[in-house]
Amino acid sequence: MTEQTGDDSLDDTQTLPTEIDLREEFVSSGVADVLRELDEELIGLAPVKKRIRETAALLLVEKARKRFGLAHEAPTLHMSFTGNPGTGKTTVALKMADLLYRLGYVRTGQLITVTRDDLVGQYIGHTAPKTKEILKKAMGGVLFIDEAYYLYRPENERDYGQEAIEILLQVMENQREDLVVILAGYADRMDRFFESNPGFRSRIAHHIDFPDYKDDELLAIAEVMLKQQSYKFSPEARKTFAEYVVKRRAQPHFANARSIRNALDRARFRQANRLFDSVEGPVGPEDLTTIEDVDIRASRIFEIAEEKDRAEQEQ
Amino acid sequence: MKVTQGAFSFLPDLTDEQIFKQVQYCIDNGWAVNIEFTDDPHPRNTYWDMWGHPMFDVEDAAGVLYELNECRKVYGERYIKLSAFDASHGWESVKLSFIVNRPKSEPGFTVERQEVGGRNIRYTTRSYAADRPEGSRYS
Repeated sequence: MTEQTGDDSLDDTQTLPTEIDLREEFVSSGVADVLRELDEELIGLAPVKKRIRETAALLLVEKARKRFGLAHEAPTLHMSFTGNPGTGKTTVALKMADLLYRLGYVRTGQLITVTRDDLVGQYIGHTAPKTKEILKKAMGGVLFIDEAYYLYRPENERDYGQEAIEILLQVMENQREDLVVILAGYADRMDRFFESNPGFRSRIAHHIDFPDYKDDELLAIAEVMLKQQSYKFSPEARKTFAEYVVKRRAQPHFANARSIRNALDRARFRQANRLFDSVEGPVGPEDLTTIEDVDIRASRIFEIAEEKDRAEQEQ
Repeated sequence: MKVTQGAFSFLPDLTDEQIFKQVQYCIDNGWAVNIEFTDDPHPRNTYWDMWGHPMFDVEDAAGVLYELNECRKVYGERYIKLSAFDASHGWESVKLSFIVNRPKSEPGFTVERQEVGGRNIRYTTRSYAADRPEGSRYS
């Protein structure tokens, strides 16, 4: 915070610089760090990373233009993140808030995550104060509205969501320097949401689509997750888990990385039980940290898949 | 006559940018900023009406300025002041307060002298604005 204000006050008094080293700016502002973290911590998501890199470049150039006193308008930074569940929208939003903060486009690096419940009231006259309360809280930072399409319920014309949308649109337009809004949700439902609320589409400059993870990416994510919790796969378990990912994807309610996390949680649970039941004598760290083939093989997913195969053969 | 109450009142009126910085200072100190308004400028009128709730969980001055502008839309012809409340133990009181909005013309005050027994005089200060009922004093 202090750094940023320091920069701004200098701008007023200093004579205009003759040249700016963009590369130097890129590193010193900390943007390079954020982008590197993004690359290292997030697996896959190549198109998302590309878009963020482009956005960062644009903002960096805008900032440089401002320093030269060239005509610039506060760029519209509102974004929409669309993608299936568990594709990393919230994680990327956090990084985005950090990025905008380092570049000085928001004054605090805070990210306030809200859903319909936080914005829309329960009775007449309750919505506006509630929405305004959240907006005030988020000002100076980034407001992340998860599953934004729930705000608009066409089947009920007296739904209070419309009121929240109106206030939101007004603030998004009038206080672009104070608040950045990121809307997130499933692609198809967001499309319908934007169709029925054209005001939103035109106020959002950046549409970023989050693709589903590929099977090998999910496996890599699983390994990262395990590593963070000091676990690891045994070589056979790794193969089994790769199988698991393919089979899980075929099942309904597949939520990408979130499904993987849940699967791992269950595997840890089974591993603990297995150790408790079967191991006699002392256990070492090696036993405690290794997820074995059987821990994953016990998953219901394999049974379902087998049943399905059998049913198909019988037919 | 310009009413002088609270901090900065002998200075020219603060610009929005200056208000923003003052408010940010209050927030950074952990004080909750309140918006209050009135159309009775008498210095002994300590009970001003509050605009909304005290803003305890606002992180950035933009949130306060947003509310201030909302208040100005409705009560732009009245006095509006911001007060910063320090809730920390042992203080629990207002640490800073300053006027951020005032009517276009401020008619000032009159002094009434009441002659009472023994050649004594009692003084009363009365605002010309308060002659008219609340809500129509400055319009």
